[in-house]
Amino acid sequence: MGEGRGWGWSVIRAYTVLVYLFMFLPVAVVVLLSFNASQFGAFPMTGFSFRWFQALWENDAIVRAFRTSIALGLMTALVSTTLGVLAALALVRYNVPGRDMITTLLIAPILVPEVVLAVALLLFLNFLNINKSFGLLLMGHVIFTLPFVILVVQARLVSIRKDVEEAAQSLGATPRQTFFAVTLPLLMPAVAAGALFAFTISFDDITGTLFWKPGGVETVPTQIFSMLRNSISPEINALGTVMIVMTVGLPVIGAGIARLLARRRGA
Amino acid sequence: MSIEARERRQPWILLSPALTAVVLLLIVPLLFIVVYSFWLRSATGADTAGFYLDNWKKVLSDRFYRDILFSTLRIAAITTAACALLGYPAAYFIARSRGNKLILLVLLMLPFWISYIIRTMSWINILGTSGALNSLLLMLGVISEPIQMLYNETTVILGLVHFLLPFMVLNIYVSLEGIDTNLEDAANSLGATRWQSFLQVTLPLSLPGLAAGGLLCFVLGAGTYITPVILGGPRDAMFANLVFEAIIRQLNWPLGSALSLLLLAVLGALVLIYNRYLGMSQLAKGLG
Repeated sequence: MGEGRGWGWSVIRAYTVLVYLFMFLPVAVVVLLSFNASQFGAFPMTGFSFRWFQALWENDAIVRAFRTSIALGLMTALVSTTLGVLAALALVRYNVPGRDMITTLLIAPILVPEVVLAVALLLFLNFLNINKSFGLLLMGHVIFTLPFVILVVQARLVSIRKDVEEAAQSLGATPRQTFFAVTLPLLMPAVAAGALFAFTISFDDITGTLFWKPGGVETVPTQIFSMLRNSISPEINALGTVMIVMTVGLPVIGAGIARLLARRRGA
Repeated sequence: MSIEARERRQPWILLSPALTAVVLLLIVPLLFIVVYSFWLRSATGADTAGFYLDNWKKVLSDRFYRDILFSTLRIAAITTAACALLGYPAAYFIARSRGNKLILLVLLMLPFWISYIIRTMSWINILGTSGALNSLLLMLGVISEPIQMLYNETTVILGLVHFLLPFMVLNIYVSLEGIDTNLEDAANSLGATRWQSFLQVTLPLSLPGLAAGGLLCFVLGAGTYITPVILGGPRDAMFANLVFEAIIRQLNWPLGSALSLLLLAVLGALVLIYNRYLGMSQLAKGLG
């Protein structure tokens, strides 16, 4: 490399810009149209207005859907992160016989198409007399967020050196003390990343949710889905904008906190 | 208990909650629907347990199901190819650019966080009869009336590519990053042109990433339920839509089980072939 990279490189750069435009333009249009004053969710823009966000706030069904989604996401994150962190610890820290088999088994929920997973869980739990309910939704969300949590936490764990723990133990700390005083604080960024991942995936899920949700219960995505049946409205664009701000904002805040924690530890 | 025995038991204690969850909520339910697919649906109430081949006969011989299975696989294949064509140069650019790599990567990861349904429906704003493209063409006087561009197979593929492209780029990027750039320099200094050294050194070494991205795009694309409902017409149903119809609308659970298992078998075969030749570790790398 070194010297100029020639016209080939310029072509690749232009191509990449187009690919990024393809990814972001439609989303940008959603945000743009959500501020459209016109009462049709489409062009031309007739002015700038917050009225559709106001309308969202006053729409009971949407507010309820938000509550359901947030509760479900938080509980999924709690359960999934707990299970995932424990499993990742075992896989990274110990010489487990049959590790590849176990890893494949644990990430199997990603490899099985979501529809199939949804059908299997629905039918099996129905057989056990557990009907469509919030509990079923929670179990479903836990099972398909778990692999992501394990992969993310595992990736972070590898970078935490084991000798710090060994030092604590050689100074007389019990394994339990070592875990809470040494391992867990070092693990916090990984735990936070896993939880954030689980929350976002759960918050965003629609396919499984459509199979598992009891009648009358809507999450934000299923609410949008049923609103889309009629036609696209400015309200949906506004809801989309709120979702984008939430799902993009959360990881950014999360990354910021992680950086802050890291800096404090470094000091 | 000796320390050694404790050390041996510890990982299993840590693993058991996650393994229990996967076994009880995935493996056993999958085995259960295998059994269920041999039951018979009864019009009156409880399904009849037993060993009937009716559902499987129907699923495997009915032209309707076969056609939709094939068109699902075709759509997934076209989507995967489009993702590779769009994604490879972009991944190459990110991997080889100097400086602002992190920003490019973060931008690429953003769509992962943006709701799937929002990204899918965003195309209605672009291609709908009162969407951006029609408005633009009307304004320019190219057309005098809005054209219906939505609700066909092409828009389904477009939506899927938009959804799956980040998976492809990320996997290719990961494998390009792992290639020692000295190899390319060595090829160049031995007289290969840039294009030759790309074709003979870099491209072959990045194939594992391309394959991992391809597998993800294909499997996720072929299993999709939402995109054809939002961006497709009435004739663009994909296989997952059949499953939804059978399970949720017709409440024909034995038939729905057989349909689900057929989809799982076809896509599972692909995953197994992939695993046989490339192993799961590449996939885990790209996802992690």
